[in-house]
Amino acid sequence: MNTLIILSALGVVALFAEIFRFRKGLFPLILIGLAAAFFFTAKEYNHPQVFFGMMNFDNYAVIFSCAILIIAFLWFMMAKNYFLQETSVTDHFALILFSLVGAVVMVSFNNLTMLFLGIEILSVSVYVLAASDKTNVMSNESGFKYFLMGSFATGFLLFGITLIYGVTGSFDLTTIQHNLSTGRETYMALAGVLLLMIGLGFKSSLAPFHFWAPDVYEGAPTTVTTYMATVVKTAAFAAFYRLFSLCFWQLAAHWTDVLSWMVVLTLFIGNVSAVRQRSVKRMLAYSSVAHAGYIAIAIVAMSVPSTCAILYYTFTYSISSLSAFTILFIVSRHKGSKDISAFEGMSKANPLLSFTMTVAMLSLAGIPPTAGFFAKYYVFYTAINHGFTWLVLVAVLAALVGIYYYFRVIIAIYFKPEQQLVPIKVGPLHRTVLIITTILTLLFGLFPNLVLGWL
Amino acid sequence: MPIIALLIFTFATALIGLFIPIRYGNRFAFISSLIVFIYSLYLFCTFPITADFQYVVDYSWIQSLGIHFKVGMDGISVLLVMLTTFLTPLIIFSVRKSEPRPRAFYSLLLFMEMALIGVFVSMDGFLFYIFWEIALIPIYFICLLWGGKDRVRITLKFFIYTLTGSLFMLVGLIYLYLHTPGEHSFDIQALYTAGKSLSAHAQCILFWFFFLAFGIKMPIFPLHTWQPDTYSDAPTQGTMMLSGIMLKMGIYGLIRWMIPMLPVGLSQNAQYVMWLSIAGVLYAGIIAFTRKDMKRLLAYSSISHVGLIAAGIFAFNGQGLQGGIIQMLSHGINVVGLFFVVDIIQSRTGTRDIASLGGIRLKAPYLATVFAIIMLGAVALPLTDGFPGEFLLISGVFKFENIMGAVVGLTIIIGAVYMFRMYQRTILGETSLATENFTDLTAGEKAVLIPIVIMVILIGVCPNLFLKVSEPAILKLLGGI
Repeated sequence: MNTLIILSALGVVALFAEIFRFRKGLFPLILIGLAAAFFFTAKEYNHPQVFFGMMNFDNYAVIFSCAILIIAFLWFMMAKNYFLQETSVTDHFALILFSLVGAVVMVSFNNLTMLFLGIEILSVSVYVLAASDKTNVMSNESGFKYFLMGSFATGFLLFGITLIYGVTGSFDLTTIQHNLSTGRETYMALAGVLLLMIGLGFKSSLAPFHFWAPDVYEGAPTTVTTYMATVVKTAAFAAFYRLFSLCFWQLAAHWTDVLSWMVVLTLFIGNVSAVRQRSVKRMLAYSSVAHAGYIAIAIVAMSVPSTCAILYYTFTYSISSLSAFTILFIVSRHKGSKDISAFEGMSKANPLLSFTMTVAMLSLAGIPPTAGFFAKYYVFYTAINHGFTWLVLVAVLAALVGIYYYFRVIIAIYFKPEQQLVPIKVGPLHRTVLIITTILTLLFGLFPNLVLGWL
Repeated sequence: MPIIALLIFTFATALIGLFIPIRYGNRFAFISSLIVFIYSLYLFCTFPITADFQYVVDYSWIQSLGIHFKVGMDGISVLLVMLTTFLTPLIIFSVRKSEPRPRAFYSLLLFMEMALIGVFVSMDGFLFYIFWEIALIPIYFICLLWGGKDRVRITLKFFIYTLTGSLFMLVGLIYLYLHTPGEHSFDIQALYTAGKSLSAHAQCILFWFFFLAFGIKMPIFPLHTWQPDTYSDAPTQGTMMLSGIMLKMGIYGLIRWMIPMLPVGLSQNAQYVMWLSIAGVLYAGIIAFTRKDMKRLLAYSSISHVGLIAAGIFAFNGQGLQGGIIQMLSHGINVVGLFFVVDIIQSRTGTRDIASLGGIRLKAPYLATVFAIIMLGAVALPLTDGFPGEFLLISGVFKFENIMGAVVGLTIIIGAVYMFRMYQRTILGETSLATENFTDLTAGEKAVLIPIVIMVILIGVCPNLFLKVSEPAILKLLGGI
């Protein structure tokens, strides 16, 4: 609960900062605030608290909140410069902080209304942020598309919640779970589960509800895209898993088939479409869709290790993509292009950028000893443990396709002839972010217990 | 502890090598790899000849999953670690001074040495897989950054090809892991027990998963298509690493992991995989005969030799396994020597085309002699290193089935034909336009080739020096199934 209070207070302060001409000090204040929020959240570890039956800060919620706060902290360091060039720094920061509130609600809800509220709080801020590059048509398109599609998905979500309410007579997760377990597997309940799956599948960009993702990711400002690929994705999957593992696991026999085919589609579409992209940003967008497929395998194979698998995967994926997007941001600002050719031959003049990008790509591709490998390993382990070997074989083939496009970036960096020997300027904040993310990627890859040990 | 020292030392030198002043880069890398060699020679000389693992170190790594950092050496591992540490200094020493970005090159070579040693000493399935994959990264970058014209396409093909096999192996490993008794664990003994307890059907499926990984690495026909391109396009040191040491990872994987885990899988599929290996022996031998490019010829000859080793190992008897071990050593030594000779010829004449060479003997008698000795080793003349290995391998296959033995015996003839043909066309005869100004070996080149020649003869004259080290481990392996 402390997290929510601190984050909301920070958001309000950020809004007022515009009036009181407090722009300069706002950024350090936010970082301190996030650190404080992290501290107070971490303190609740092993002290589960339920608030009015609406929110349940169990260890699951605490750890996912911590993960989200860490990612958000790094994200702020990465995005600072971008937003400072804009006139309306403060409302952007405020929007992000409010959406973080939504994310925290999404990982800690104990009631379907809170789930809905969390998703809406998160989404509405991100709709606005996606369109925040006001003079850019692409950005406007992106925001508009996201908003339209997002509201549509929200409709599904609400409809699902209503049906579940109709069957069980409650919004409360424990009551729903209890009422469903007494053998009310009616078609209405199943339809409700299906609709909820569609709504959450949209938020976590699972095919066939992924169509918005590439366009929105590409059109939105790179920093906002980063936010969507990291924080939003983590929160969406945490909510997805929380809901399905708490309420619907008795019905697993009915929905795992649907979800596993969604996974197959996602893996296939995400990876194969990424191969054809020239724009690195769009490639990363499709790769984000593909990674949603890997994460969802852990939901399909719902069992005890799934929680760890989802936490580890979303967290390390977020860190690696934060690294990749930061480099993309730096390079594209320098070269004025997000195309893969912008990366060509930058290895000699920019050893730091090249190395960090290589590690990020290796991690996304799932090559040991990076964290991406262990994430995939753990998901595969979970799935085989639960008897989904065929799904793992599909994922293995998809991962091989993935190698191709991630390595295209590495090849461009190291192989293509030197285009210019002028080093690309990297600010101290960006440098810090890159070093931290790279170290974390390698560290978590070698010592996965640092993350897994908490759950 | 000695193993940890080896791993940490090579890793540390690989890191430090990146920051050493360029002038000292070569010396630093060479000396540090030499230290590793001397240390492992010491380990080898004091190695107790028993079947048990020595120098075992066991740390808990990822507790919740039963993954351990467990390393150790038995007679088989120690020979392969010796091979790695013997060849790496030579490979490093053979790097030409004109190579661009020398520091990164040396570091990658040292890093690769670390990963290869790791593969040969791992006693935990997960650790083995990690080292197995890590070895791929440096060689990928070596080929990508210093390779020939078409390197991007070829190295990517190589990478995806090998990773395909690896990922199937990973699925297999996880499957076995989940069948380990009690608390799941990746410990080698636990995996052995798990594998043996599986049904014949499951073992057969897993057998092909593992076969894919190891067969691609070696490579076994028909999984070899990445290999000739990669060998001929990689820089010479990369090719030496790939053919001299890295393909032994695949063979080692067969002996250490696949066969002991899946005995029923092997006995049901031995027929097929042995015919595949033998087909590879003949097919690659015949293709080698028609190659015009020396490096490609050697690449195909390597496939042919490896096919024989694989056939001997799948036969799974004392002779076959022992032959496989000794042949791994001698093949590694020969092929590194041969690729270096080709590199010398190419650097002097600018071509590897057999037709445009000739008469090198007249200009460079030293080179001709050294080349002849290594080549005789490769065609398995008695008293050279190829002989004991091929003899044991062929007799191992004979013991398994006579017809196979007879067919695989052809390899000696085919091998001799293409090797002698290459030697004759390039070294003997009249000098051509390209070889007119050929100069003999420099001191540096001699320093690389002479140790190789010594080893060619040493293994040929007293193979027992090495066979007796691996014998107890092999007997234990045979007895355990």
